[in-house]
Amino acid sequence: MTTNIKERTTPSLKAEVKNLNFFYGKVQALKNINMPIAEKQVTALIGPSGCGKSTFLRCFNRMHDLYPGNRYEGEIILHPEDTNIVSRHVDPMEVRMRISMVFQKPNPFPKSIYENVAYGLRVRGMRNKQEIDGKVEEALRGAALWNEVKDRLKDLAFNLSGGQQQRLCIARALAIDPEIVLFDEPTSALDPIATGSIEALVSELKEKVTILIVTHNMQQAARVSDYTAFMYMGDLVEFGGTDTMFINPTDKRTEDYITGRFS
Amino acid sequence: MKNRLHKNPWRHLRERLIESVLFLAAFSAVLITLSIVVILLYESMSFFGHVSIVEFLTSTVWTPLFEDAHYGVLPLVAGTLVTSAVALLVAIPIGTIIAIYLSEFAPHHVREIVKPFLELLASVPTVVYGYFALMIVTPLLQIVMPELNGFNMLGPGIVIGIMIVPYVSSLSEDAMRAVPMSLREGSYAMGATRFQTAIKVVTPSAISGIVAAYILGMSRAIGETMVVAIAAGQQPNFTWDPRESAATITAYIVQVALGDLPHGSIGYQSIFAVGLVLFLMTLAFNILGHMARQRFREVY
Amino acid sequence: MATPQNSKKLRSLIRRLKFNDYVFSLVGLVCMMLGIITLIALFTNLLLDGMERLHYDFFTSFPSRRAGEAGILSAWVGSTLVMLVTAIVAIPLGVAAAVYLEEYAPKNLLTAIIEINVSNLAGVPSIVYGLLALGLFVYQLDLGQSILSAGLTLALLILPIVIVATRESLRTIPREIREAAYALGATRWQVVSDHVIPYAKGGILTGVIIGLARAIGETAPIITIGALTFIAFLPPAPFSGDPPAGLFDWLQAPFTVLPIQMFNWVSRPEEAFLINAAATGVVIIVGTLAMNALAIYLRYRIRKNIKW
Repeated sequence: MTTNIKERTTPSLKAEVKNLNFFYGKVQALKNINMPIAEKQVTALIGPSGCGKSTFLRCFNRMHDLYPGNRYEGEIILHPEDTNIVSRHVDPMEVRMRISMVFQKPNPFPKSIYENVAYGLRVRGMRNKQEIDGKVEEALRGAALWNEVKDRLKDLAFNLSGGQQQRLCIARALAIDPEIVLFDEPTSALDPIATGSIEALVSELKEKVTILIVTHNMQQAARVSDYTAFMYMGDLVEFGGTDTMFINPTDKRTEDYITGRFS
Repeated sequence: MKNRLHKNPWRHLRERLIESVLFLAAFSAVLITLSIVVILLYESMSFFGHVSIVEFLTSTVWTPLFEDAHYGVLPLVAGTLVTSAVALLVAIPIGTIIAIYLSEFAPHHVREIVKPFLELLASVPTVVYGYFALMIVTPLLQIVMPELNGFNMLGPGIVIGIMIVPYVSSLSEDAMRAVPMSLREGSYAMGATRFQTAIKVVTPSAISGIVAAYILGMSRAIGETMVVAIAAGQQPNFTWDPRESAATITAYIVQVALGDLPHGSIGYQSIFAVGLVLFLMTLAFNILGHMARQRFREVY
Repeated sequence: MATPQNSKKLRSLIRRLKFNDYVFSLVGLVCMMLGIITLIALFTNLLLDGMERLHYDFFTSFPSRRAGEAGILSAWVGSTLVMLVTAIVAIPLGVAAAVYLEEYAPKNLLTAIIEINVSNLAGVPSIVYGLLALGLFVYQLDLGQSILSAGLTLALLILPIVIVATRESLRTIPREIREAAYALGATRWQVVSDHVIPYAKGGILTGVIIGLARAIGETAPIITIGALTFIAFLPPAPFSGDPPAGLFDWLQAPFTVLPIQMFNWVSRPEEAFLINAAATGVVIIVGTLAMNALAIYLRYRIRKNIKW
């Protein structure tokens, strides 16, 4: 059950989660989540392993639809059209065209750097080479990767380092002009320096897109996010502005997690 | 602004269409099996309209193409079983020993060299094996057994055995490799040698997988055609002595197909009737082998 | 308790056991050698027997009553044409079936039935496929004793091989790649055709080559259809006749294939024909071994190249 949602002069909302429940077959993984997602802000999801934060994240781009037996109840309302994106009547593909995802382990396609970024555009039927070139450069710049790869766009993506590959995946996600970008523990497979560059990138990107980030690293959440949601065993325990939550948590479970009494 | 979040019917339709086409391709496997069963039954039923099933199953004389026709299938079944038995007598020991060696003894690079060779052995066309049986193996056997017939079941039986060794050994080896390392470690920790561990621990644990390999090897031997057609002779002969010549079910079908039988005649239908028997035999063995393998998988 | 007698007994026991171990590894090596030696003996024997016939004119002459002049022209042309039909039918059918089973099929009874059928068909004797072809293709569908019937039959025969090999290579592609593509808004078919199949191409090709290598050597089903063994003419060249019907004349023509030619010659008592049979055997083996070696090599190259 949700507890204290801090009232704030909230900036406009990109999305609202209303009474969201999620079931893997018979097992309930998310229990009655209610949460606002502020537009062009970074919202972090933290909590111990198995609390449901990745499950929750994957509801936003209907990833669960790929595997049989999963069920959504409740709503995630996307603004400005006020549509419930987890409704059965909404095409998951359309959702994924507006909300993109960066995964935990960098997963570039075994293709060239250029083709990796261009894939999302091709899927949308874009054919004009100049147009694609332009979008690819824009996305790579947005991911702070352009200068490093502009001379070897035809190289295989596999030849990049781990940090570069993850930035490539971010570029890939940005190329389709998403409204929300979901980050699923994007730095847990990277070294500290690469982590730093990704965190810096996330802070820049929020000027353009709304960001939802799952992280098991609390310091990262504190550094990077504007709002934080603490989840535990499928419940949203506490949600609020990051500074307030970390300095003055309301719920005892939040406080225990933040101070490291359990992880 | 139009709401973009609705299901696009055209794209949906196209996806459904593609999925249906792919489904039909997969379903063709079922259709093929059905066709086989239907054709065999259809022609066999005409056959059994003229020939009594009792005679078919119990008589030991098979002369369907003669004036005085007899339709007992037992000589053919005997020929099939005898050659297969000889084949298994060769393949089971050799195949199992190879499997144990590759799984428990051989260093990595030896496996990497030997396995492709075994695969190549399995890929030699059966007609070439038939030549081998006739021209090499039988004369060699005749050195040892001078009274051996030029056409006999021993030579082809041995060759079929060699042919299915890769099959038996690779399935058995898969079964043995699936046995967890922890069982072996328990044995080694008590001071056992590799040989003891292999025989006393690994093989018993893998036994249903190994038996499955034998059964499937038997099925393969039963269905073999060219080796026996070339080297076993084509005279149906109800005998259990592998030194004599005999015809298997498969050799008989070849013999008839080479001749000129009018469509719809009893001779023509007889090949479907014996084909049905063959199909049922291999089906039975395949099912048994499959069940043995399932039991093995459940344990691990 | 380790008394001198006990230690001695223990040591001799260990010695004996180690000796058994050693003996067994020798036995194992011998058995493996048996297989390798057989293969080499087989090939050498064929080569020695048939060498004298392996001239250029062997490949360019038709069979003849005079063994010295008989050749395999009609046979290898027939084999090639039949292979063509087999490949054209088996590849799309097999790959499509594998893609459905691996990417689309839900876990229900129907899928289980299909999978059971696929593995059952792999164990059906080849001559039963011949009977199917005889009853269905040659007579019911009236396709005649033709290249088309033969090609179709062999395609059905190698279908399980193609399906299994394709499924295995589809499985090696990690889930994350698929998820990445879906997350960009691709449809299932787009994910399959843009990513899964292209990345699995190598494995699919390997499976197809192995299947075709098997098909080249198959005799029983083709005999059952009624390929004639004495063909002294070639089928008309594909697409050479007057359109529209003439383009496909070649599919209907009588024909023969390499293994049948070998079988025919082996069944004759004259020494000279046996030499021809050996020579044909060499051709067939070289062909099959070359294809299998190619497939094994391709599989090795692919495993090296793609690192997931």
